[in-house]
Amino acid sequence: MSEEFKVEIVNPEKSFFSSENVTEVIVPAFEGEMGILKDHISIISFLKPGIIKIFSKNVEEKFYVDDGIVEFKDNNLSVLTSSIFNLKDFDKSVIDKNLSDAEKSLENPDLDDQKKFLIEQKIESLRYISTS
Amino acid sequence: MPSLDDLKKRITSVKSTQKITKAMKMVATAKLRKAQENAEKGRPYSERMNNIILNLSGGVSDKENSSKLLVGTGKDDTHLCVVLTADRGLCGGFNTNIIKKAKSHFEDLKKQGKNLKIITVGMKGYDQLKRNYSNQIIEKITFKESKNINYFDADKVGKIVLEKFEKEEFDVCHIFYNQFKNVMTQIPQKQQIIPLQKEENADTLEKDNLNYEFEPDEDEILNNLLPKNISTQIFKAMLENSASEQGSRMTAMDNATRNAGELVDKLSIEYNRSRQAAITKELIEIISGAESL
Repeated sequence: MSEEFKVEIVNPEKSFFSSENVTEVIVPAFEGEMGILKDHISIISFLKPGIIKIFSKNVEEKFYVDDGIVEFKDNNLSVLTSSIFNLKDFDKSVIDKNLSDAEKSLENPDLDDQKKFLIEQKIESLRYISTS
Repeated sequence: MPSLDDLKKRITSVKSTQKITKAMKMVATAKLRKAQENAEKGRPYSERMNNIILNLSGGVSDKENSSKLLVGTGKDDTHLCVVLTADRGLCGGFNTNIIKKAKSHFEDLKKQGKNLKIITVGMKGYDQLKRNYSNQIIEKITFKESKNINYFDADKVGKIVLEKFEKEEFDVCHIFYNQFKNVMTQIPQKQQIIPLQKEENADTLEKDNLNYEFEPDEDEILNNLLPKNISTQIFKAMLENSASEQGSRMTAMDNATRNAGELVDKLSIEYNRSRQAAITKELIEIISGAESL
């Protein structure tokens, strides 16, 4: 039995990434990072800013997402997101700009807790990317 | 009877118009292919989004407290209409069709005594609506600067709509756009986005719903998802619109080129006839002159 399943990442403009044979996907779900293997129970969850890691047999791909929804069903994982970058071509200047934007928006006093949490997550993961 | 010179001038002018329309047709054809591709690429996202939302909304436990975007404000007094048109003209009935559809909706609302608010997206819609509805237009948006339709622009429109909804400036929101069927036909559409309209096949979806696990719970996901859906729907409408615009322009310009060709033919015949008439006249004059000698 193969341990592989299908994953597709879609953004509004196109199908961003799709692969038929991945073995594990780690997504930054809202309530914590979540690893998905084959035959996971059907689930819907939404994402906080963070890194999606996709493992197939010998390659590992990493993407940064701002937000999104994951749906897993019948060994099909779909990720819907409006802003996604492949870490390989994520430019340093873009990271820094995103980072400073996020830091600025954190100063806004009328943020509710959830938004604040999301922005903090964003800053944290961007910092992590820019240092690694 | 126009003189030979006049005819000649007209023929050249029609010919150069034909050249322009032909060029515009070519450009539209090229752009259409791209726009169609984009519309197709964008489809999976909105479809999946829709699916998930339908799945979720079927399973909402507490209808009373669920998001207003789904169930509405409970009132039906103020209607917001987002009219999506093109920024440019010369595309046949494209803009007029949307406006016509929108206007008939506006009149219906007026008869029912509802308040009306309009947001126009695209120059042409604003131009055509400002004469009759200038008081109701609360916002006009154009994306003349951005070359391609992108999600960022749609998101801007979506955010404006949401902001107004949160301030309770309206209760129901419709969007108007042209759906691309094929190059020849574009169907003007009216779509309700707030509150969200459920499709009829809810029965089959409810069964699906049982198999899902939600994290966090349904309501929270739904609250997070519904605002995004507004932008997605607008983006979808914009994509459909841009494909329709190019398709419509292509047909219109094709017709124009053909008409210009016909006109050139007609004018050339007239030109040749009058030239021949002039020659005949001169000949008669020469012959009768010779005869009288």
